[in-house]
Amino acid sequence: MAETLLQLEDLRTQFFTGRGVVRAVDGVTLHVDAGETLGVVGESGCGKTITALSILRLVPEPGRIVSGRIIFRGQDVTKMDDDEIRQFRGNDVAMIFQDPMTSMNPVTKVGFQIEEAMTAHERFTERLAKGRVIELLKKVRVPAAESRVKDYPHQFSGGMRQRAMIAMGLSNEPALLIADEPTTALDVTVQAQIIQLMKQLNRELGTAMMLITHNMALVASLCQRVVVMYAGRIVEEGPVDQIFRSPQHPYTWSLLRSVPRVDEARKDRLVSIRGLPPDLLNPPPGCKFHPRCPFVVDRCKIEEPPLGEVAAEQLARCWVLMRNVKDEDVAAAKSSALSLDAAKKLKAPAGGDAGR
Amino acid sequence: MATAIGVAQQVDWDVQEQTGLWKDAWVRFRRNRLAVIGLCIVTLFIILALGARFPTTPGGLWKIVHLAQDPLQQDVTNSVAPPSLQHFFGTDALGRDVFSRVLYGASISLSIGIIVQILILIVGGTIGMVSGYFGGWIDNLLMRFTDIMYAFPDLLLVLVFVAAFSNGPRLLTIFVAIALVNWVGLARLVRGQVLSIKEKEFVEAAKMTGTSPFKLIIKHLVPNSLGPVIVTLTFGIPAAIFTEAALSFLGIGIRPPEPSWGVMIEDGYGAIFADQGLVIFPSIAVALTMLSFTFIGDGLRDALDPRMKR
Amino acid sequence: MQAAEKTPGTAIKADPVLLRVQNVYKYFPLQGFGSGGLSVRAVDGVDLEIRRGEALGLVGESGCGKSTLARLITALLPVTAGSIIFDGQDITKLRGAKLRRMRRKMQMIFQDPFASLDPRMTVGDILMEPLDNFKIGSGRERTQRVQELLRLVGLNPNFNNRYPHEFSGGQRQRIGIARALAVNPSFIVCDEAVSALDVSIAAQIINLLQDLQREFNLTYLFIAHDLAVVRHLSDRVAVMYLGKVVETAGRNDIYDNSQHPYTKALLSSIPVPDPEVERQRAPILLKGEIPSPVNPPSGCRFHPRCPIARAPGICSEVEPPLEPHGAVDQEAACHFAGQA
Repeated sequence: MAETLLQLEDLRTQFFTGRGVVRAVDGVTLHVDAGETLGVVGESGCGKTITALSILRLVPEPGRIVSGRIIFRGQDVTKMDDDEIRQFRGNDVAMIFQDPMTSMNPVTKVGFQIEEAMTAHERFTERLAKGRVIELLKKVRVPAAESRVKDYPHQFSGGMRQRAMIAMGLSNEPALLIADEPTTALDVTVQAQIIQLMKQLNRELGTAMMLITHNMALVASLCQRVVVMYAGRIVEEGPVDQIFRSPQHPYTWSLLRSVPRVDEARKDRLVSIRGLPPDLLNPPPGCKFHPRCPFVVDRCKIEEPPLGEVAAEQLARCWVLMRNVKDEDVAAAKSSALSLDAAKKLKAPAGGDAGR
Repeated sequence: MATAIGVAQQVDWDVQEQTGLWKDAWVRFRRNRLAVIGLCIVTLFIILALGARFPTTPGGLWKIVHLAQDPLQQDVTNSVAPPSLQHFFGTDALGRDVFSRVLYGASISLSIGIIVQILILIVGGTIGMVSGYFGGWIDNLLMRFTDIMYAFPDLLLVLVFVAAFSNGPRLLTIFVAIALVNWVGLARLVRGQVLSIKEKEFVEAAKMTGTSPFKLIIKHLVPNSLGPVIVTLTFGIPAAIFTEAALSFLGIGIRPPEPSWGVMIEDGYGAIFADQGLVIFPSIAVALTMLSFTFIGDGLRDALDPRMKR
Repeated sequence: MQAAEKTPGTAIKADPVLLRVQNVYKYFPLQGFGSGGLSVRAVDGVDLEIRRGEALGLVGESGCGKSTLARLITALLPVTAGSIIFDGQDITKLRGAKLRRMRRKMQMIFQDPFASLDPRMTVGDILMEPLDNFKIGSGRERTQRVQELLRLVGLNPNFNNRYPHEFSGGQRQRIGIARALAVNPSFIVCDEAVSALDVSIAAQIINLLQDLQREFNLTYLFIAHDLAVVRHLSDRVAVMYLGKVVETAGRNDIYDNSQHPYTKALLSSIPVPDPEVERQRAPILLKGEIPSPVNPPSGCRFHPRCPIARAPGICSEVEPPLEPHGAVDQEAACHFAGQA
């Protein structure tokens, strides 16, 4: 029975801007167990990064956590005082970001920065820290670690930098590592190496991980459970196999079908979600996804559905649910064609028709 | 609806609220209280200056409405008089009304400030633009030339220039002298702007649409570099005003009896123990004008901050 | 999607190859003392063909030179050597007005939807610019065309008075597409056109690009690092590594039957959105990192990282030429093609 490391209960983080209140995280309840990798999926603006920042209480102005609890090993993070939170950050929970170039100090040596992460928490003396840095870099498979500690960030390639960031994140042996789009800025082959590394580290160290990404393939590769976010809320969650095989929320379904797969020959069309992501200052009534949903019914426009259990360990926030949608409607959602009218009107105008 | 109109189905009819870029900047400018105050003061001075020069009779509009007098009219019987209802700021050693002279001086200082910046914009702006856009040996040549100009001590060069042309039209000489010395900063700024904008994708995109280099500069490079240029020019105005005042104080600026503020301060300096007002009023005028332009410049810099994209 | 299938009549009079890149090199000399006359060899001898009506996908990782090649093909950068024959003309020899006239037939869609539109111009002005430059139609016809273009890409035609910052990333990309279509080009280069977009928005744009290709018989050069997207959109795929093309093949052949070890490794590295497949997938992990393009390895540039390289040996001494291997219309630059 795995221990629950982190429990978020109805977390709400809002931004108080000049134009109104943005409900970036609007009632998120999730948990991460020891040793597991949880995927938090969604597109830009869904609130996944702010959720992570809230956990570490690093929400930038003008945002703040307005309500809810964040419980880490029995302690409520929202109620920690300054000393406790400093102890918590980097030590119990560490975070690595998308762009390693901007997360590292360009004018200090890489080795020193990792050392700093350790000595700041006073768990290691300077001497011990120095030794451990090399160990850590080896653990993240940085070649020639002994000489690389003296290098500056710009002397590292993108993949190396990300490994150094991971080393920094792991330096204090946190129970939970939050990774925000850790591979987006990296080449494909480097990404594969980092994925491999993360799997290995998870096996060797037992560190739990919360992987925030919009890349469904990454989630399929690394995670055991998935949480899908939209407009600041969780719209679906469950074990990764179930979510991929039978997603119940139309957003999840659309998302999975809008990603081309490298192992499949071309299908005719990708499913695309019409419209734009919701304006968080003025969200639509009822279900936040309804203006874009291909299977919307009247109830969706008025009442927001609760997160309900749709299968063993799988929850979805939807009145309709994919399994209740008729096959013809699904087929219709998958197809679309160019507006032939507009295209027909576009004759080459009388300026000549060079080169066609 | 058998024919799903695919793309049209995804027609995006909604967009965020409409704002013009300059309107946006104006709203932000308005929020800066000091900048607005500065703008009001400058506007006031401009009105006063215009009224002091037009219509072109001595004393201009203000004399006609009995607010001021002929700034050149002497009245030795009433010299160094304290402020009164006829002479708001008193009179100077030759009995001339200080208030009218201050108003007239405003026209000189403002015209120097503004015209010098226009000259700087033309010279420095063109050099920077050409240098930045064409690069290569043109850039090298122009920038080395700029470096040489930059190496000369400013005030010294102005003094030398004015002295060399001491027989010519004095005001024009001063315009040219101050502009000559100060265009370098703007040239460098414009060049830097052009270098960074030149690499942006929308410039590449414009090239792809067949835009000629000339049109590229006018339609794309110029509008996008305006922000920092406007701010620099605004900050340059008080510098030019001060330089003129300094020149006049040193006796090689505007020739008397034309009352520029610098001339008035120099005159008043001689009688400083008799009547401090003779120095104080023009000094306050200079200081207030410079401060106001500086506030405006600050406000503009924040308002035109290029972090306008979402 | 061969030219002959699509337009049976015209294939006879036109050369089926629309764009021919011949032995093109692009070196960027390093500045400063101590650089000893070295250059970044961004494109180091590339031959490529794009046929009329097809969509060629060009893939590779950082430093492979695909973006540079795109800019050479669109004449935004001059070549160091080689020629690029577009529709019968060697565009590397064109200058000034002649070059600008050529642009009518070739357009580009850029990666960054935020940087590729002039923030100081309205959408209408942006779309009008190409029409004005080439004097297409009368004033009124141009205004109408701007509206048609907006409608064609799925945007409200009344938006022509708005500024780019008022639109979302996906909408801006559509504006970029509309701009590329304005002059009725026959060839469009898409430089990472969907990389900066969210998944569902990217899907919209991908669908749009496909529709437009079908409707206007366009030829595409589609540059991307996301091989899944490339597979979806392209007819043929070319893979680049460190300034050279290492393999070209039809879209199914390159994925199912890749001949070059780099291609194989690349494809095996891509995660798939399917947990069951992911559990089985064993990526071929390449050792080391991509070397610097200033000093590429001798012989086959891939040899230091190649799982099947004979080095020291032929792989470290002789640069393999790009030759037919594998299926029809498939080429690979490898001494041991197909053996990875």
